[in-house]
Amino acid sequence: HRPKGHPEIYPLVLTTKTQEIFNCRIDEDVTDEQPYKLINKEDIFEDLRNRAAVSDFHPVKKIVQEYPGNELLLVYDKDFKYGLNFYLIGTEEGKENYLNPPEVPEEQEEYKEHIPEDVYIYKPPVSKPWVSLGSEKEIEEESVTESTKQITYMISRKRSEFGAPIKFSDQNASSVKDAYIECTAYPDKNFTLKQLEKDVGMQVIPQIKDISTQTKWTYPKNATTQYYPREFSEEEKETLKQSKPLVDFLNNASISVEIALQQNEIMNTFIDDWKYLAEEEGTFGDKTDTYLKEYQSFTDLHSPTEKMITCVSWHPTIYGLIAVSVAVRLSFEDRVHFSGKLLLQPSLILFWSFSDPIHPQLMLESPDDIFCFKFCPSDPNIIAGGCINGQIVMWDITAHADRIENIKAGGSRSKRATLKPMFLLEPESNKEAMYIRHCAVSSIENGHKKVITDIHWLSDTFEINRMGSVFENRSGICCQLVTCSADCTICFWDIRPQKPLTPQTTEKKKEESIEIPFDVPSTFLHLDLSWKPLTKVRLSKGETSLDHCPTKISLNEDHLLCKTQDKMLAQSKTEKAEEMNPYHNLESGMANLLKPIDDFCTKFFVGTEEGEVIYTDWKMEKDPETGRLMSKKPVSHHTIHDGTVHTIQRSPFYNDIILTVGGWNVAIWKEGVMTGPLLHSCCAPKRYTSGHWSLTRPGVFYIGREDGYIDIWDLLEKTHEPAQSQNICITMITYIKPWIFSSKQQFIATADYYGTLHILEIPWTLSRPSTNEMASVNHYFEREVKHLEYVEQRKKIREQEKKEMELEMAKKKVKTYQKSKEQMQAELKMDYESYLELEKTVLINLGLIKVTEKGSYMEVM
Amino acid sequence: MNEWTNTGREPDPLPSFLPGPTAPGLGEPQAEVEETLKRIQSHKGVIGTMVVNAEGIPIRTTLDNSTTVQYAGLLHHLTMKAKSTVRDIDPQNDLTFLRIRSKKHEIMVAPDKEYLLIVIQNPCE
Repeated sequence: HRPKGHPEIYPLVLTTKTQEIFNCRIDEDVTDEQPYKLINKEDIFEDLRNRAAVSDFHPVKKIVQEYPGNELLLVYDKDFKYGLNFYLIGTEEGKENYLNPPEVPEEQEEYKEHIPEDVYIYKPPVSKPWVSLGSEKEIEEESVTESTKQITYMISRKRSEFGAPIKFSDQNASSVKDAYIECTAYPDKNFTLKQLEKDVGMQVIPQIKDISTQTKWTYPKNATTQYYPREFSEEEKETLKQSKPLVDFLNNASISVEIALQQNEIMNTFIDDWKYLAEEEGTFGDKTDTYLKEYQSFTDLHSPTEKMITCVSWHPTIYGLIAVSVAVRLSFEDRVHFSGKLLLQPSLILFWSFSDPIHPQLMLESPDDIFCFKFCPSDPNIIAGGCINGQIVMWDITAHADRIENIKAGGSRSKRATLKPMFLLEPESNKEAMYIRHCAVSSIENGHKKVITDIHWLSDTFEINRMGSVFENRSGICCQLVTCSADCTICFWDIRPQKPLTPQTTEKKKEESIEIPFDVPSTFLHLDLSWKPLTKVRLSKGETSLDHCPTKISLNEDHLLCKTQDKMLAQSKTEKAEEMNPYHNLESGMANLLKPIDDFCTKFFVGTEEGEVIYTDWKMEKDPETGRLMSKKPVSHHTIHDGTVHTIQRSPFYNDIILTVGGWNVAIWKEGVMTGPLLHSCCAPKRYTSGHWSLTRPGVFYIGREDGYIDIWDLLEKTHEPAQSQNICITMITYIKPWIFSSKQQFIATADYYGTLHILEIPWTLSRPSTNEMASVNHYFEREVKHLEYVEQRKKIREQEKKEMELEMAKKKVKTYQKSKEQMQAELKMDYESYLELEKTVLINLGLIKVTEKGSYMEVM
Repeated sequence: MNEWTNTGREPDPLPSFLPGPTAPGLGEPQAEVEETLKRIQSHKGVIGTMVVNAEGIPIRTTLDNSTTVQYAGLLHHLTMKAKSTVRDIDPQNDLTFLRIRSKKHEIMVAPDKEYLLIVIQNPCE
């Protein structure tokens, strides 16, 4: 029974003996791992011959004989698959198939027949041709390949150099040129990545529970307690006071307490003498450095004519911004001569910033040259200036405020003045020149007739009315100005709209006038060309028709120079909180009824062109005869200076100490002391042309001379001459203005006649007051006051003495004339006789007369 | 038996230089206390004087209430601490006077069993 489909398989039974002969014993030669054995044909034939019919191979004899190959495959059929324990494969092909079984579907067919059909048949995947779904592109994209060609270097060296001893030495990489090349890292915006998406792994976890146990760790916790102290009531206090123990206690305790108190009164035992002896150390700069250092200088290079600077003012809030008014440098005759040409050029106030020495930041236009101007203390965007023709000009730069606040450096960043020649200046600058037209000018007929020499804003704590009486200022802003002019008047102006007293004809007239350009703010539109002063004070000299010509005035409130800086910031903050700028809404403050301020000092100092210092009152009084308002007579006036007084300034530290500079000397006055100045310097070799107190040192002031020198006076060092002198420029100094920026940085702005503004830095020694400097300077002033009083007293005494002496002399003369005639005759006779005697003795001595008298010879000899 | 009758008349007033029928020193302690304190207060540089009891409650003061309360509370603690320090070092010793010198002024405390006298003085001119 040969299996169907496998004709080459011949099952055989091999006895144990046959197995031994053919070495195919079960489980020894032929095992599970190797269940077959290759049998030689010859061996089979031999077995057949030996055992003939007994041989197991007998049934397959014929097959063996026909078998083409030499070896037959005998397979141990352990499972009795073909029925018997062995089987022989009769064909070569079969043998091959058995030994190298192919993936034979034949067997599968066989398995199929044997296995029931409802079980899942595992089909191994059949390989199909690959269909591209685009994944190879992804793989390509994801794969990393070298995009750049790798650079290879071949480095070679002489063979002899290998292994040679090496000597290392140090070398500074920067000292040798090209010793190293570096690629410094820099942040490149192209390669900064902004993460827009983030891949975060999340995992759902079951709920967790945290439990803690008690530990010793204490944590800070806020706790508050509110309490009030225990006190005794009044009755309890009274009872206690009367108790004996208290009395005894006090008696005992007060003894020791009084001893202690007296000890303290006698001497302070805790003073460190060394410490009080020394000046304070810890200076910021070099102590020996006492010179003003040049910081920067500004000149307007674009102006066609030669200009001089007339007034300088630092911007109250913005660092590094300074405003300068320039005027043409011509005498009066030349001005008249060239008046046609001058009309074409605008007169300017220039704003300079430290960051740009060539281009002014802003230029304010005015109808004519400005000789003095001031920033409004309550709003630094309002500027008032006094013109050469007697008008007041107002500017409002609120619209340009942000432009000047954020000034970036246009040109070079160096601190030194880099004035390039004109041909090297950049053709296009990053800013165009900003010309700002003025907002309002005062009325020409009603204002001043000649140049305005000084202008001040009145403090925002008070305001005055037509009579000169002082009221409190409810609006909180500075709204009044005072000006003085060469036409011998001092005018007070109010910038708020006035109620029209005149009929409407003037308004109609105004409509015909020039239209105001649209970019000018309308803050002061109500004032333009119709602005009249509130009051006029005329400085008359009394009986004569000549009047004093004021050049500078100093009011009571001007001394708040350094304090205004803090006040300014506080005020500007409150202003910003409001929505409207109060200056744009000036009418709102008018309706309030104001409370008059009593005890306000309405007196002020005026310096005149002739060198006089006048102390007068601005309150008007009614003349009893005419009923008109008249200005009062000055309280005192002194002629001290030999030239025009160009500086009257109150000390920033003392409200009543005033510095006046004019002509060739300097004077310091105390308000209230009417006899004369406290200090009156002698004539200097050069004329003094400008002056200013130091803002931080009470005893120091700066004077500018006509030869370009600055004299620095220190009252504690020397009072008869300046402590220091320093050359700034080659020409006359027209204005000095110091300013504090920080506790370590102080500048002084010096303007000269040729139109250059020099900014100098004040060294540490000049800006830092020494310990007790204020007390010492105070002491000095008090001494001077006492000295003046003493001088006055001595004057009186001297006068008295003089009078007495004269009386005595008169008396003596009278006495001599009272002698009687006889006495005189007798006296004359006696005189004559004594004369005769004298004559005789002389002649005898000469030997001209012989002695005839009977006197002895001895007498004569 | 004599009868004491009330005549209904006040006793004759004593001459003024003799002490009155009141116990000697009863009207005086009040005046004495005032006088002592005034004397101390009038010394040069004295800013304030106060008398405080053993618990730190002010009895008499020349300063305003809040300052007094603050000084009393703080100095009372400090005095107790100083006293206990002294006693700890030597139990037979005791604190007699406490002076605290600061930059601006000097505080003097005179302690007692029941009261504290505190004086604040500004020694510098």
